[in-house]
Amino acid sequence: MTVTADKTLTVERPVRRSAPKPGKDTGVSETTTAPVKGNGSRATLEVGMMVGFGLVFLAIWEFLPPALGVPRYIIPTFSQCMAEFARMWAQEDLGPNFVSTLISSIVGFALGGLLGAGAGYLLGMSKLWERVLAPYILALQIAPKVAFAPLFIMWFGYNSIPKLLVTVLIVFFPILVNVLQSMKTVDQDLMNLARVYSMSRWKMFLKIELPSSLPQLFAGLRISSTLAVIGVTVGELVGGNTGLGFLITYGEGQANTAMVFDAIILLTLIGVALYFAIAAIEKRVLHYLERNDG
Amino acid sequence: MTSRLDLQNITKVFTDRKTGNSVTAVTDMSFSVAPGELVAVVGPSGCGKSTILNMVSGLYGPTEGQVLIDGEKVTGTRPEVGFMLQKDLLLPWRSIVENVEFGLEERPFSKAERRKRALAELKRMQLADFADNYPHQLSGGMRQRAALARTLAIEPELVLLDEPFSALDAQTKLVLQRHFARTIAEAGVTCVLITHDLNEAVIMSDRVVVLSGRPGRVVDEFAIDLPHRTDPLQRSLEPQCGIYVKRLFDALHLENEEA
Repeated sequence: MTVTADKTLTVERPVRRSAPKPGKDTGVSETTTAPVKGNGSRATLEVGMMVGFGLVFLAIWEFLPPALGVPRYIIPTFSQCMAEFARMWAQEDLGPNFVSTLISSIVGFALGGLLGAGAGYLLGMSKLWERVLAPYILALQIAPKVAFAPLFIMWFGYNSIPKLLVTVLIVFFPILVNVLQSMKTVDQDLMNLARVYSMSRWKMFLKIELPSSLPQLFAGLRISSTLAVIGVTVGELVGGNTGLGFLITYGEGQANTAMVFDAIILLTLIGVALYFAIAAIEKRVLHYLERNDG
Repeated sequence: MTSRLDLQNITKVFTDRKTGNSVTAVTDMSFSVAPGELVAVVGPSGCGKSTILNMVSGLYGPTEGQVLIDGEKVTGTRPEVGFMLQKDLLLPWRSIVENVEFGLEERPFSKAERRKRALAELKRMQLADFADNYPHQLSGGMRQRAALARTLAIEPELVLLDEPFSALDAQTKLVLQRHFARTIAEAGVTCVLITHDLNEAVIMSDRVVVLSGRPGRVVDEFAIDLPHRTDPLQRSLEPQCGIYVKRLFDALHLENEEA
């Protein structure tokens, strides 16, 4: 799982040109362009190694704990976790709980993304407000957002609002910061060109600032997509009666370690899916930046 | 179709908002450009070349003096002025033809009319085949030609060129200089070419204005009395060329010694 996630990160790197790491980049492009360019044997070898690594891991998981006498409530084996999936599906409403977490992640991510981007663009348009609010934004950014979860539960009760709020809060800042940064680095000569063409402020935003900011907006969205699941999980852990986070606390109470494992696996899947969805949209929207990894 | 440009006793002082220090970019500067004339402005770095460009394009006004286009005082940006920088300023998310349409979008043209004008302009720049490509797919010279297409598409009467060739390699530069010279002569526009390349100033212009170092002011001004304005390569073969370049060199050099 982690192997595939890392790989996409590196494959996408040439597109995201905001943070160049010259030393690392050359190595990265060497390893990642090879499969894309259809260097057959090497690509096959890499995929083979990737699958092999996964199989070895699964085998160790399956056979090592019993061999060492580790009990099921410490580390359940792979097959036990799979069996638990079936049981959870039948008896613990796994489906509805999974959907609940999935929807909360998506809605929280979308809301936080919209608010973060909106705030970033607004602050980017006003140097004064950006300076006035900078220390407060920094303070909120540093404050551990997950610690707000109990507070939200005290305010809104045991429903889906607290976990959505934690998610929105956690998603908000990386996007805000990225968008704000991109607004500051818009090419002023381009803005002058637009001024010479007598373009209105709003049109300048739509035609220059907004498109200029897209690469950094997507960088923020990608970071946030991985954080969204954390927000939802914390919300559900602290005070929920639905969702995968709830199943984790429920499983913990029953010393059902397999259930906890399964919930973590599904949460990871949601995070990965969200990340890939954003990466796919980014690739479409930013097609004009593609260089040689297309 | 073409405009006359007059700079009258221009002084521009910039005041740093934080420190309160003020810097005089140009002082008591006067020169004129006749309709259809191509005047090269040369000077050492920091002589206020970009300041002149910004004041003529109306991005900001002078501290003292006035800029006149066709006898009319410049108080803001004007639709008949086009400018082009060393950077091509093409929008990477737009195809080449959409980039050429960028300035036209502020004019009362229909979408079809815009596209027609943009394509005609690209054809003139021999870029018609690349209309649907994106800027990163084009070479530096082609991008600069696309930028000129965008600049001329709005049918400006006055074109300001700020070192448009300085980022190009030597061969591309020669080809592009000729291309620009022809196109600008065909369009018949008045043109100010800001450059630090003395040879370029001589082979491309009708007249040269030499500026001093900061604060910039005019230290010399003379006509280039040579044929082939539309063919810089041909003109560079004229024996008189070197003499003009030498004169420019001396004008700049003397000023440095004084400073």
